[in-house]
Amino acid sequence: MNDFAHLLDRLAYEPRRNAKLRLLQDYFAHAPDPERGYALAAMTGGLTFREAKPAMIRGLVEARIDPVLFQLSHNYVGDLAETTALIWPAPTSRSDEAVVGPGHNNPPPHVPTLAEVVETLGTVKKADLPARIAEWLDALDETGRWALLKLITGALRVGVSARLAKTAIGALGGHEADAVEEVWHGLEPPYATLFAWVEGRGERPTTLNPAPFRPPMLSHPIDEDGDFEKLDPAAFSGEWKWDGIRVQLVGGRDEAGAQVARIYSRTGEDISGAFPDLAEAITFSGAIDGELLILREARVQSFNVLQQRLNRKAVTPKLLEEFPAHVRAYDLMHAEGEDLRPLPFSERRARLEAFVAALDHARIDLSPLVPFATWADLAASRADPAAVGAGEDADAIEGVMLKARDSAYLPGRPKGPWWKWKREPFRVDTVMMYAQRGHGKRSSFYSDYTFGVWRAREDGAPELVPVGKAYHGFTDAELQKLDRYVRNNTTKRFGPVREVAYGLDHGLVLEIAFEGVQRSTRHKSGVAMRFPRVARIRWDKPAAEADRIEALETILARGEREIAPGETLTEAQG
Amino acid sequence: MSFSASDLLTLTREGLYCPLGGFHVDPTWPVPRALITHGHADHARAGHGRVLATGETLRIMAVRYGAEFCESRQEAPLGQEIRIGDVTVRFAPAGHVLGSAQIAIEAQGVRVVVSGDYKRAYDPTCLPFEVMPCDVFITEATFGLPVFRMPDTRDEVKKLLDSVALFPERAHIVGAYALGKAQRVMALLREAGYNRPIYLHGAMEKLTELYKQEGIPLGETPKVVATERAKLHGAIVLCPPSSIQDVWSRKFPDPVTSFASGWMRVRARARQKGVELPLCISDHSDWPDLCRTILETGAGEVWVTHGQEDALVHWCGTQGIKAKPLHLLGYGDDGEAEPAAAPEEAA
Repeated sequence: MNDFAHLLDRLAYEPRRNAKLRLLQDYFAHAPDPERGYALAAMTGGLTFREAKPAMIRGLVEARIDPVLFQLSHNYVGDLAETTALIWPAPTSRSDEAVVGPGHNNPPPHVPTLAEVVETLGTVKKADLPARIAEWLDALDETGRWALLKLITGALRVGVSARLAKTAIGALGGHEADAVEEVWHGLEPPYATLFAWVEGRGERPTTLNPAPFRPPMLSHPIDEDGDFEKLDPAAFSGEWKWDGIRVQLVGGRDEAGAQVARIYSRTGEDISGAFPDLAEAITFSGAIDGELLILREARVQSFNVLQQRLNRKAVTPKLLEEFPAHVRAYDLMHAEGEDLRPLPFSERRARLEAFVAALDHARIDLSPLVPFATWADLAASRADPAAVGAGEDADAIEGVMLKARDSAYLPGRPKGPWWKWKREPFRVDTVMMYAQRGHGKRSSFYSDYTFGVWRAREDGAPELVPVGKAYHGFTDAELQKLDRYVRNNTTKRFGPVREVAYGLDHGLVLEIAFEGVQRSTRHKSGVAMRFPRVARIRWDKPAAEADRIEALETILARGEREIAPGETLTEAQG
Repeated sequence: MSFSASDLLTLTREGLYCPLGGFHVDPTWPVPRALITHGHADHARAGHGRVLATGETLRIMAVRYGAEFCESRQEAPLGQEIRIGDVTVRFAPAGHVLGSAQIAIEAQGVRVVVSGDYKRAYDPTCLPFEVMPCDVFITEATFGLPVFRMPDTRDEVKKLLDSVALFPERAHIVGAYALGKAQRVMALLREAGYNRPIYLHGAMEKLTELYKQEGIPLGETPKVVATERAKLHGAIVLCPPSSIQDVWSRKFPDPVTSFASGWMRVRARARQKGVELPLCISDHSDWPDLCRTILETGAGEVWVTHGQEDALVHWCGTQGIKAKPLHLLGYGDDGEAEPAAAPEEAA
């Protein structure tokens, strides 16, 4: 566990990708099996065990430390695992040991290996878990405690992507990351056969999985101010960018000849279990890349509706009936044993069209192309999808995609072949009302802002009502200014939250960009915004001139599309 | 009504004020008469009328603000009682930086100790903290949370030396506050047997020179010559924290970014500053020392000036000690508890 903790600690402070890669390679080359295999699994999300709940960790600490002091510390540090690691007291028996010394009745603390931790977590009875974790925390040092807690709470984010870990593994034997990806989905932790292969001690692991995940091809956002002039419209094909979740539908036959159907998320997570209605449609042998959407009466529902299905844990018949899952297909990676990824997009598209037509299944249809001759044509379609064939589905369109006609299907995010051009967001001017300390990289900065808009009180006087919370959209330099502003304008403190001065005469105006408005019973204002972020900080604008709640209610009532994208609400209201 | 500590010290816009003596302690605005605990910029400001402080603090202020930083100055010898108006004051070492002192203020049998910033940890560059029994103890709480348990500074310095040994081709750029922390790091490096020159950013030169004049051996500390930066392979370079991410530091050979500060105890703080080699070295008391000191003074009441006051006030409550936060404005808040180089020095 110590070597692994040490690796995570170094990775956490290392900003450079190449240096991270060196640290990983060095670890994988020297750590023994099965330790390194579990480490790889930990970094690629491949471990399945009963995760320790934050509440349980908190309980363990609060049995040892004043809960108020712990809560204040947690608010300050902004991370449960780190707070616990730092605050965990030395075991009480430690001072006695110094006198008595390790002996029969007083063994030295046993520092667990990573393998031991993972194996124990897989088998331990729920009731025994807290005591076991406490023993480990007593035995480990600060870094070890931090790494252990990150691991067992399932929050092992140390700036290493699964891709980077696989790159490091591949590099052990001079392989590319994609070569590792290709064999990856047939393997299980602690990956003994994988290490044997890359180290030249064993055969390439054969993919027994008849329906493997393949790393998807991702796009870059287009920069309207420079990219278009460099691109030839004739070389690109246009499509809608759907506001659903990216999935792969993969079908194949196992050794016994039985059909295997898998639905993978963009990151390779097997989500078939959550979508049995869609998995049933995978009667083919091949791999379709597409967008998972909810369709009702052939009409694509907005992301809000999809969200309601994603949020449910239990997949009930009622849920399946109310939220039928579909896939709108836009690429074909594999068909009848043939890898289509090296083919140019235009050829894959033709194969896809034929494939979907032959399949003829109500749950799987084709994402239509959006024809255009010039960039101006495409801009017009993006501004008003409903007018160019999207019809009522336009609610679920969040922009357009551009794909180079001659491009092969390349895993990862190659720059050039695929571009996304998202719809313009809505904008509203709000007033900052509360600020909260952030987490992670921003802990102890006031980085989460609750903002409000004006409405009329019962007596007619204007008041600000909170309508949302935003915590990104600004640069680090702006964050420092905002943080300073919050500290200098605090009127009240509630734990980690500060109320700042706001009113007709004072207050900071934040221009918020957002993707849409929903009704909300949780918010006092009755509305909630989707993906709100700070578009601009209006140091210059008086708080009294911020927008009114009617601006948001108008979007809600009239439907999003009635306000031309790109206009601010104030302008739209005239 | 009997005489109490709140008659002895009151809060004004400028900070703590003693009406019976007609003076402020560490005022944040110019006042006719000031008692100064130590030379950090947020406690020692220029422009007061009369200033009473230790000789070292007066000389630090003269280096920072020029000889004319106040109208008249008086040196306070440590341990000696000084009569001011109707009160008696006494300065005692605070262990924070060179010349730092606590100030005991006493009248009609009530004694209040203003500790300023203080620490109990080892520091070869200043006198150790001395406990002064009192009725009311006024404490800082910069690191007033139980997550702040500072490690042994020798282990931290060893981390730096290990990294220098591991990357002999890379320059190690160590951010450190120009007054106190920088000289403490130099002294600790010397004690650890590091005998090579320690290079200094221009902002640290004058204060380091003053430390040497005050009799603290720091060895060879040349100023970095801008055109020579690229040649400083394997060198240890000290600079103000604001310079570690500057273009200035990028001209060194493949620099390792380091920062010597108690804040390095929290990972997010290190990452926010882009620090690759955090050194947890603090000139403030950590949590166990704050608690220990409060108990040792025997104070029945504690006033908390700045930092993480909520936790310390709560802890005092659990110990049956009366406590309140003063919410003093103008002292270091969070990351700026120890001031960076003054602008004229950073230039």
